Amino acid sequence: MKFDGYDTGGFFDEMFSPDCSPRLEAKGLVQRLQSLPDGELQRRQRAAEHALLQLGITFNVYGDAAGTERIFPFDVVPRVVGAKEWDRIERGLKQRIEALNLFLDDLYHDQKIIKDGVVPEEVIHSAKSFRSQCVGLNPPRGIWCHITGTDLVRDGDGQVYVLEDNLRCPSGVSYVMENRQVMKRTFPQLFEATRIRPVVDYPSRLLEMLESLAPVSVLSPRVVVLTPGAYNSAYFEHSFLAQQMGVELVEGRDLVVADGLVMMRTTTGFERVDVIYRRIDDDFLDPLTFRADSALGVPGLMDVYKAGRVGLANAPGTGVADDKVVYAYVPKVIKYYLDQDAIIPNVPTYMCWQEKDRKHVLANLDKLVVKAANESGGYGMLVGPHSTKREQEEFAVKIQATPRNYIAQPTLSLSRVPVLVKDHFEGRHVDLRPYILYGESIYVLPGGLTRVALKKGSLVVNSSQGGGSKDTWVLSNGGGGEAEGIR
Amino acid sequence: MLSRVADSIYWMSRYIERAENVARFMDVNLRLMLDLPLGAEEQWEPMVNTTGDQKLFVSKHPVAARENVIQFLAFDASYPNSILSCLRSARENARSVREIISSEMWEQLNQFYLMVNDAAQSQQTMDEPAEFFAAVRNASHSFGGAMNATMSHGEGWHFCRLGMQLERADKTSRILDVKYFILLPTPADVGTPIDDIQWAAVLRSASAFEMYRKRHGRILPEKVVDFLLLDREFPRAIHHCLIKSEESLHLISGTPLGTFRNPAEQRLGQLRSDVAFAQVGDIITDGLHEFLDGFQTRLNLVGRAIFETFFAIRPLAEGARFK
Repeated sequence: MKFDGYDTGGFFDEMFSPDCSPRLEAKGLVQRLQSLPDGELQRRQRAAEHALLQLGITFNVYGDAAGTERIFPFDVVPRVVGAKEWDRIERGLKQRIEALNLFLDDLYHDQKIIKDGVVPEEVIHSAKSFRSQCVGLNPPRGIWCHITGTDLVRDGDGQVYVLEDNLRCPSGVSYVMENRQVMKRTFPQLFEATRIRPVVDYPSRLLEMLESLAPVSVLSPRVVVLTPGAYNSAYFEHSFLAQQMGVELVEGRDLVVADGLVMMRTTTGFERVDVIYRRIDDDFLDPLTFRADSALGVPGLMDVYKAGRVGLANAPGTGVADDKVVYAYVPKVIKYYLDQDAIIPNVPTYMCWQEKDRKHVLANLDKLVVKAANESGGYGMLVGPHSTKREQEEFAVKIQATPRNYIAQPTLSLSRVPVLVKDHFEGRHVDLRPYILYGESIYVLPGGLTRVALKKGSLVVNSSQGGGSKDTWVLSNGGGGEAEGIR
Repeated sequence: MLSRVADSIYWMSRYIERAENVARFMDVNLRLMLDLPLGAEEQWEPMVNTTGDQKLFVSKHPVAARENVIQFLAFDASYPNSILSCLRSARENARSVREIISSEMWEQLNQFYLMVNDAAQSQQTMDEPAEFFAAVRNASHSFGGAMNATMSHGEGWHFCRLGMQLERADKTSRILDVKYFILLPTPADVGTPIDDIQWAAVLRSASAFEMYRKRHGRILPEKVVDFLLLDREFPRAIHHCLIKSEESLHLISGTPLGTFRNPAEQRLGQLRSDVAFAQVGDIITDGLHEFLDGFQTRLNLVGRAIFETFFAIRPLAEGARFK
């Protein structure tokens, strides 16, 4: 299968240099793909899709009576990240998470960063995801964000930026694991010849981190994963992680607070729970503290948490760091707490609540990407160059009505990677979501989820909007003088 | 083990076993029809009667003909006990306990479901129903194999086996009942070769023909009933299913066999010992159909007691037991 005629289209291509020669780190992969006989790659793509279907890694198509299910679209051509580049990304993410965690702890205690005039008070107190109920909370060892999935993108000039921080309940890590498993089934020889950093130990690292959150008096802690239930779109991931860690997957109705402890209902009575990896939002966690109408949570849970008798990951209240206006201050946050410059820069961000920025945004709606400050999943968004006049006018009205709720960024020219389209390769835009665990120390899973906008020309990679995924290969150090990492 | 999880595992395996048995008793009917003397009409109504769901069937179909009975029992998505519905329910239950069962079990069940879903949309299935029924049987066996070979034989596995064995006991009783409903061309045919052929078909549908031969040799109605009802060793015999169910129940609770500490153990123990000491001659004299009817009712009570004992979420007022 040849790359002849593959066109990088003037974008930054993750696999090819502008002169159409393979990048150093992708050389081995390109050679091997080229050496496959005609039709072989398509056959393997189908085999991979079949494997995903058989594994049941699917989502329901709503409103289809025949019970049709689709797999989360998967492209068989991996995305390769070189060892050197990855080292920089890893350092950058560790730096960012360390600073954001100090920031959260400060926000819910003394708010020194506000008093020192680095972040304006109104930005924090107007953030929907700031939880006044969390003021004064003391999570074990002062760690709030145990699991983070940070969205990275690369612009046309090759620079990697942080696009979004996800400190609430980032999902997708199960696809990283499953994609890797499917790729190993599909291309065993490629794995033998290439030195790719493993992702398989993520569940054990996650479990170790979660166990470290147990009350100190508990010798062998019982960890559970708390899910909203089998109809949640991320349910596959919840059960996958519970299974891989060998812990119980519980729903709110399985848990109850009794005698100051969290208990689960079992066939032989009630048993104590020590750590909860919760995959439901703060709002639904405890109807006595947060939303009273929540049927998903556990009444009284927060009291047990405050008393230090149960661990929660992530700690409630971390969502404030996901706010897109707060995001704009992260480089300053890093400087303030760590006295360092951000290793991975932010995308320049206009904050509509500031008059000067707002004027600029309103005058350039056709060029900018506008985002609602508190949405995720690609919702509440205007991609200027791809929008109609009418959509721009609608956003102008919304921005003027609630300026705090909107930010804008230049439309990035997201980097591309080749995907298999019928019998040839075409470039498609991608992002990258690495996963970071913060326990005794900070760990970054090598690679992460590469999401790809499968629709031609599309810049939106979210699965709800026609996105798919790819396996991400981070090469090992020490490949010697040859092409990096490939023997 | 979480009550909710135990409940889901139990129903997952019950539904799989149910799907297998629906295929089995449609298979028995297909075989019976093949052996009918020339000129006799096919009988599909008895099929519907054995399920106990004839009311729903009649409301949808004016007559019980081959095509619509198969459609109803195999693929009617609005009929909760059709093979397709059973597989859907089994899979939904499995989905909610995916981290408890092994990946192999989940994959097997998922493939099973996809196979049935495909078959439901293919004309070939109606042309060759026997092939489809055999595929369902094999898929269910593969699931059982995966379950035995890849899941630890602990509490979850015992709930799995409990559900499977109780369902199987119920369905073997219904397969025996099919013969009751099937009419012989004339009453004088009782004990004739046609009668023998029909009993042999019943045995084959329970995969029991060969094992029966080894045990009893000639096909005699009384011996067939004895084998499918009272044999201790044949895995689809009702007595055997009750022995295994009771074993699992007691391994779950830790109560010694021969005693009981909850209504589930009490009811199942009574039923198992009644069957253990029953005489096939008495059963036939008193009426096999009546015996099977009574058995099914008592088995339902066992099911209800299991629900009350293990799955019903108890109010806190009863006091939390700490471990």
